[in-house]
Amino acid sequence: MLMTKGRPAQAVALTAEGRRTFTSNRGLSIEEGLIFEIGRPEVTGVDLEEPAPFEHRLGACERESAIGLPGLSEPEAVRHYVRLSQKNYSIDAGIYPLGSCTMKHNPRLDEAMARLPGFADIHPLQPQSTVAGALELIHELSRWLVVLTGMEAVAMSPKAGAHGEACGMMAIKAALLARGEAATRRIVLVPESAHGTNPATATRIGFEVRSVPARADGTLDVAEVKARLDDSVAAIMLTNPNTCGLFERDIALIAEAVHEAGGYFYCDGANLNAIMGKCRPGDLGVDAMHINLHKTFSTPHGGGGPGAGPVVLSSRLARFAPVPFLRRDEAGLQLVEHAQEALDHDDLGPARSKVVSGKPGSTFPHPALEAFGRLTAFHGQMGMFVRALAYMLSHGADGLRQAAEDAVLSANYIRASLRDLLSQPFGDHACMHEVLFDDHWLKGAGVSTLDFAKAMIDEGFHPMTIYFPLVAHGAMLIEPTESESKASLDLFIATIRDLAHSVRDGDTERFQHAPSLAPRRRLDETRAARTPVLKWTKQGAALPSPSPRR
Amino acid sequence: MTTIRYTKDHEYIRVEGDTGLVGITDYAQAQLGDIVFVELPKVGKRLKRGDEAAVVESVKAASEVMAPVSGDVVAVNDALEGTPGLVNADAAGEGWFLELRLTDTTELDGLMDEAAYRAFVASLD
Repeated sequence: MLMTKGRPAQAVALTAEGRRTFTSNRGLSIEEGLIFEIGRPEVTGVDLEEPAPFEHRLGACERESAIGLPGLSEPEAVRHYVRLSQKNYSIDAGIYPLGSCTMKHNPRLDEAMARLPGFADIHPLQPQSTVAGALELIHELSRWLVVLTGMEAVAMSPKAGAHGEACGMMAIKAALLARGEAATRRIVLVPESAHGTNPATATRIGFEVRSVPARADGTLDVAEVKARLDDSVAAIMLTNPNTCGLFERDIALIAEAVHEAGGYFYCDGANLNAIMGKCRPGDLGVDAMHINLHKTFSTPHGGGGPGAGPVVLSSRLARFAPVPFLRRDEAGLQLVEHAQEALDHDDLGPARSKVVSGKPGSTFPHPALEAFGRLTAFHGQMGMFVRALAYMLSHGADGLRQAAEDAVLSANYIRASLRDLLSQPFGDHACMHEVLFDDHWLKGAGVSTLDFAKAMIDEGFHPMTIYFPLVAHGAMLIEPTESESKASLDLFIATIRDLAHSVRDGDTERFQHAPSLAPRRRLDETRAARTPVLKWTKQGAALPSPSPRR
Repeated sequence: MTTIRYTKDHEYIRVEGDTGLVGITDYAQAQLGDIVFVELPKVGKRLKRGDEAAVVESVKAASEVMAPVSGDVVAVNDALEGTPGLVNADAAGEGWFLELRLTDTTELDGLMDEAAYRAFVASLD
């Protein structure tokens, strides 16, 4: 019922503005083929000398057929990629309101810093003595992260959010092993509203997931958590603010209850951007939390660049942090690459691991005397580290606090401007950095959440996140971030109001076949999922070359 | 004689004698949207009531299908492997998931009959 209507597999009859063109181009929206379809093997962009006759030593490994690489001249190659880039919608083109994704502006200053040769042109296998500046930067970023979160130590190597979750849960597993309780504490509590990666991570690390229902206002009740706590519980994984954009106000009580029951508290830090500079996860009782540098501290992501997911750890878990980590001695900063090194370098030797446990105010970074191992070949996403630290230093502590405040203000401005037309699943309460609507207001209108989102494309907007989180029916999750001006928010709001009035007025035409004005009409998601075409073949080439009539 | 019973998770079981066909209801398939994949258990698997019996994946979400009652899997609907859309087209008929040999028919008493299920669905809207 929800998805079977309004999604024709074929484009409907073309309207006047949809008239076919000879080239399939529409105005200056250029139809671009795959590079394999454009290229010809005899063309090349570089002029290399023919090699002198030689005898190869490939033996049976010699290639038997042409490799099939496309050949393009330099202008052809340049045009191909420029045209592809023009098809890409990005935060540099307009508001990108994807809830849960935090698509904020990537300051050009940060990009400039990341391109400094001393950061951009170094290699992780260079001698440490030649990259002192880079190590200093990692150390400085670590300090900011630890101070901002009020935690004991940080593992910098995880490459993205879910990787950070794995790091935190492995530290928890290591701590349970050290306590001799790894075999008995097997349950991880995960709220229903959690990011999908949370239960996936817990399962991957070998825990069993037990779901905790939310209360009517969309947050977690400490009583529901307590009812599920016993000596089989290893940890709870909680996102704060949660995926409904709501602050978990029982979080400190939940942490206390989990600790009393002998468990650990993993906090998904994906939404740290809403609370940075306002409260410290360490003060809320968090034991491990990943920080999506690419969300909270900008840095391009979502096809625009890699993520980075450093994990801050409490004093309960710090000594299990993975290698590598930095330590400062007479010679300056050194990377500790092996767990054994950590012990060898330590003044007190192996005995220290016993006394250091849980000691407050110990040195930073905390020596990971019982490192659970290594997560990555090298030290983390250096380019992201540079951008994140540039973001922090250029904002300053007060600027970071204001970024969080503005992100929350923007989301609430949208909420307050739309609440009379759209419906909110958990009542009309203030939200944090993102605002969640559901499809209750669309009931009986003949327009689904998907239809509504597609119609936004016709208006030149990237749609919000839809059908997530699952706890809201037909969810629409909007995260404007602090980057948008009031004028930008006002246009976005006015557009949604205009669309919503069309729904109210029964103008379903605007939605049924949307998008009508995009380079592609509505895609057949079902067919794409049921019979995916995963490999290009010459026979399957999609773009016919125009043949002149005369 | 055929008896149909429903769970609050929108599974049905259509019992004839000591076996029953298990699937998801029309309401459930409509909520899920277009179904793209169904993972079925192995024939012979023993399931307790509430165990995960199958996984159904739509363009929107992946969901578990629980065993409405305890039993042994005696058959699965292989047709769903190639045409998962049968669940959307005919959830209560051709779109069945698996056949269970019931180990405890009294468990059926804890499920809803058609009228109760209709009322339950109506209460959700």
